[in-house]
Amino acid sequence: MKICNRVALLAAVSALAVGLPAAGQAQNITIAVGAQVTSLDPQYHALSPNYAVAEMLFGALTGFDANGRLQPGLAESWKPVAPDTWEFKLRPGVKFHNGNDFTAEDVAFSIARPPTVPNSPSSYAIYTRAVKGVEIVDPLTIRLKTDGPYPLLPTDLGQVAMLDKQTHEGATTEDFNSGKVAIGAGPFRFVSFRSGDRLELERNEDYWGPKPVWKHVSYRIITNNGARMAAMLAGDVDMIDQVPTNDIARLRRESRVKLSEKDGLRIIFLGTDQSRDGESPYLSDNDGKPLPRNPLRDLRVRQALNIAIDRPAIVQRVMEGSALPSAQFLPSGTFGYVPGLEPVRSDVNTAKKLLADAGYPNGFRITLAGPNDRYLNDARILQAVGQMWSRIGVQANVEAMPWTTFAARRTRQEFGAFLSGWGTASAEASSPLRSLTATPSREKGWGGSNGGRYSNPEADAKLEAALSELDDAKRETLLQDATRITMEDVGIMPIHIQKNVWAMKPNLVHDARADELTRAQDVRPAAK
Amino acid sequence: MSASSLPQGGLPTATVTGAPLKVETPFRRFVSEFFESKTAVFGLVVFVLAVTIALLAPFIAPQNPYDLAQLDIMDGRLEPGTVGGAGFTYWLGTDDQGRDMLSGIMYGLRISLAVGAGSAIVACLVGASLGLLAAYAGGKTDTVIMRLVDLQLSFPSILAALMILAFLGKGIMNVVLALVIVEWAYYARTVRGTALVERRREYIEAAQCLALPTWRIIFRHLLPNCLPPLIVVGTMQVARAIALEATLSFLGLGVPITEPSLGLLISNGYEYMLSGKYWISFYPGIALLVTIVSINLVGDHLRDVLNPRLKK
Amino acid sequence: MALYLARRLLQAALVMLAMSLIVFVGVYAIGDPVEILISPDADQMERERAIKALGLDLPLWMQYLSFLGNALRGDLGRSFVFNEPALQLIMQRMPATLELALGATIMALIIGIPLGLYAGLKPKSPAAKTIMTGSILGFSLPTFWVGLMMIMVFAVQLGWLPSTGRGETVEVMGTRWSFLTWDGLRHLAMPALNLALFKISLVIRLTRAGVRETMLMDFVKFARAKGLTNQRVIFVHVFKNIMIPVVTVVGLELGSTIAFSVVTESVFAWPGMGKLIIDSINVLDRPVIVAYLMIIVMMFITINLLVDLSYSALDPRVRLENK
Repeated sequence: MKICNRVALLAAVSALAVGLPAAGQAQNITIAVGAQVTSLDPQYHALSPNYAVAEMLFGALTGFDANGRLQPGLAESWKPVAPDTWEFKLRPGVKFHNGNDFTAEDVAFSIARPPTVPNSPSSYAIYTRAVKGVEIVDPLTIRLKTDGPYPLLPTDLGQVAMLDKQTHEGATTEDFNSGKVAIGAGPFRFVSFRSGDRLELERNEDYWGPKPVWKHVSYRIITNNGARMAAMLAGDVDMIDQVPTNDIARLRRESRVKLSEKDGLRIIFLGTDQSRDGESPYLSDNDGKPLPRNPLRDLRVRQALNIAIDRPAIVQRVMEGSALPSAQFLPSGTFGYVPGLEPVRSDVNTAKKLLADAGYPNGFRITLAGPNDRYLNDARILQAVGQMWSRIGVQANVEAMPWTTFAARRTRQEFGAFLSGWGTASAEASSPLRSLTATPSREKGWGGSNGGRYSNPEADAKLEAALSELDDAKRETLLQDATRITMEDVGIMPIHIQKNVWAMKPNLVHDARADELTRAQDVRPAAK
Repeated sequence: MSASSLPQGGLPTATVTGAPLKVETPFRRFVSEFFESKTAVFGLVVFVLAVTIALLAPFIAPQNPYDLAQLDIMDGRLEPGTVGGAGFTYWLGTDDQGRDMLSGIMYGLRISLAVGAGSAIVACLVGASLGLLAAYAGGKTDTVIMRLVDLQLSFPSILAALMILAFLGKGIMNVVLALVIVEWAYYARTVRGTALVERRREYIEAAQCLALPTWRIIFRHLLPNCLPPLIVVGTMQVARAIALEATLSFLGLGVPITEPSLGLLISNGYEYMLSGKYWISFYPGIALLVTIVSINLVGDHLRDVLNPRLKK
Repeated sequence: MALYLARRLLQAALVMLAMSLIVFVGVYAIGDPVEILISPDADQMERERAIKALGLDLPLWMQYLSFLGNALRGDLGRSFVFNEPALQLIMQRMPATLELALGATIMALIIGIPLGLYAGLKPKSPAAKTIMTGSILGFSLPTFWVGLMMIMVFAVQLGWLPSTGRGETVEVMGTRWSFLTWDGLRHLAMPALNLALFKISLVIRLTRAGVRETMLMDFVKFARAKGLTNQRVIFVHVFKNIMIPVVTVVGLELGSTIAFSVVTESVFAWPGMGKLIIDSINVLDRPVIVAYLMIIVMMFITINLLVDLSYSALDPRVRLENK
């Protein structure tokens, strides 16, 4: 009873505040996020919580809308002026928080800085590497030269925060964290930062875009799911991200909390070991004796394992509905999505027949490894897959472990099959194709996360062509072809695409984002 | 260890005197004193019951919760009392994988008890021996052992266990080993602290004057007098071992997820507490609690009975 | 005495050397920090660059030697994640953990000693039995579970206390403390109690055991025979004797409370160094892990030394060995 009264009172008070015309916009918001913000230096550690903060404080030339489509940011427009040259027109009249003008000089500086940031564990240089030359045409026009045609440059630059040359020349990561140079052109200004605890921001009154709603933003870091949920239910925070799937069903019935949802850009999939041809310590027959050949190299075995997975059951029972069964890298509406490529219906008999055809009528034993601390319900999905495979005679030895351990073992192919995930923040298919399924190649920078060392020359050729095709329509067709070829060969087994879920007080409205970022500019009070 | 060492001290006396039944031996006195406390007897009964369930789990559980082929996620998170797809009733409900909680608890009890008792016994043997040795020998031996203890105690046990498990991989034996490495120092320090005081007492000097062998002085004279604090620490360490195993499982490093202990069942269900599916975490929690409390009730009373200084 | 101290300090240095080596090898064995820190978009070349940037391409013994060299100059390395000196990161968070641990210790003593005294003096009374059963519950419940239950009841259901986090802070002598503000105390109450639960039980049991033993001793009988008041017997003679185990254990426990506040800190999102270490372990931020352990070891050695010294002050039979 008491809570109801408190909430009602709170709702009444905030409704009053929203209703008052003069004070209507002058409000504070407290957001609790589940992932650690590791640095305020927007060019130090490429990590999504850091992107989210960079987009509040700094901003980039291009950006992504809620669906992950590219949109103008600090650049108003861009176009290729030659096969190897992109021209960006900057937004006029943009000022940094300290009053300095934003010019092409600043762009040149910001693009040159990432490789020079010391000790970076995950450098932003991968997004600026394509730039081979810079030409400043006038203060609001800049031309960037690439090594041959490079269609992805505007997408890559969406990740690179724009800095003020005058302020940030020689600035260290510590100077950003202490707030000394946490100065950008974003909708919010820096107030204070306590690492691992909270970031305090205030409105940038001179923001170039729509005026931010919140006068003061308290961005709290609560990594424990239960604690974050409890803070929401207790009313200590106005909004949380990464709502645990177990709580979603109950929260839908809860009047003090409202949810916002969006189909995400993160695919959860299984990979298989393609690196070994013969015996593997992670595969054996039902008596535990090693198999002379790696069964996973046989397409029929991969198809059988794929058909055995009941995706709707996983989505419904493990993910409690907050995921979409999938048969490809990305959800519909994204660049490179293949229309009509739908998940197969699970079918135990077909799967058994395929196994028998391949010479394994009684199945075999397999080590199925995966992380237990990285993706939503990762360990549960692993066990569910283990159950489903046991129905066709494939006995899975399920091993769930912390990501740090798993990643090292995945690099050494210490598994038969593994579960992993991939988030494509840029919402276009070249990213997963290049990293997850392309034949690993150090020179090309391909297959960096291809744990099973899968290889398909046909798909590689399509990808190669796509990466130098400036025509969007032709590039999309090539990416669709590469995706189709890979999926028909069961290069990976996609399971589902996650939905991103936020919870907030009922008097708030949130534009949920596909790329999982939690930003204060996406929240506003509900219209009265 | 404490409980089993006593009968050995008592029974030979009975055989030497050769007298039937009626003679009061230290062991009989201990037994009759132990049974004076109703709570302790209650604890013992519950504990024996828990051990019995754990031992018989494969025969009395309705399902083998460790066999993935017997689980069905379509039966996941069913409320207590629901009849599942396999045709039998889930009296305590199911977890997210469709695992029957009753069977899960029976099997989990097995693992938790084995891990807790196993690690405590080994840690106590190792720790107490080293502690006694340190106190009795003194000098360099003492210094070396105690700096080893300092080293061990200064290492947060969760971190130590985490590293050991990351190094060795998951598994019940590895958890036991990690717990032993983490816990032995507590016994060593406790025993040494008491023994340091005891060894300066007259009865040790007297024993030394009688030229009794060192091992005899240590085990027959010093050890029994160090027992009371050892039992206090011992009971707490069994509880700690089980709780630490739960915490390790909570952090994802304990037993394998397909073979959950009580701790892992609680951690799995803990995420469902806020959403109202209490049974996944609640019943294993109760089972764990009852087990630990029963151990502690027994240990608590044992301490009172064993303490020689309370019997003057 | 000076010789004794010098020896202990030398031993401390050896212990710390051994610890740093163990941690170095241990973290190395667990996995590769680059795997978790690096952007998934990174390719092999970027991966190699990151490994080189963090100095992880060198052989382990070279990494260790360069660490030792820097450590002798007081530099324990920079965090891989935050790119700030590890020592500075930990020191920033230490006040939060210290006030949590001290709060819990004070709670344990204030609640534990009177209850333990009562239970020891009147062991047969129903209240004493309730206290003892309660103390058994106190260390039977898993900390993380109790923490969540407390949040459920006191923050979510009753709304009396804030659910998580640290409250307003006041700057005193360059560090920020929250126990000086009302808001800070409200935030501190639940996590401190959560952390104290185990210790309250411990103090109750130790006090009770001590009282029961001491009351039967000859000097107590003698004191009573001498006609001293019951109060004087209990609070002077008995109390002095039971303080030895209580001092030992509470002293030892203060260190471990600081070390083990990790669970409480993660449940209550308390921004202390326990939370930092768990986060650092998750991403294998070795400089922070090593620096944290160095600090903890130093603390433990100091505490052990103090406990040993106070032992000899409280019980003249224990002599500091000077051989």
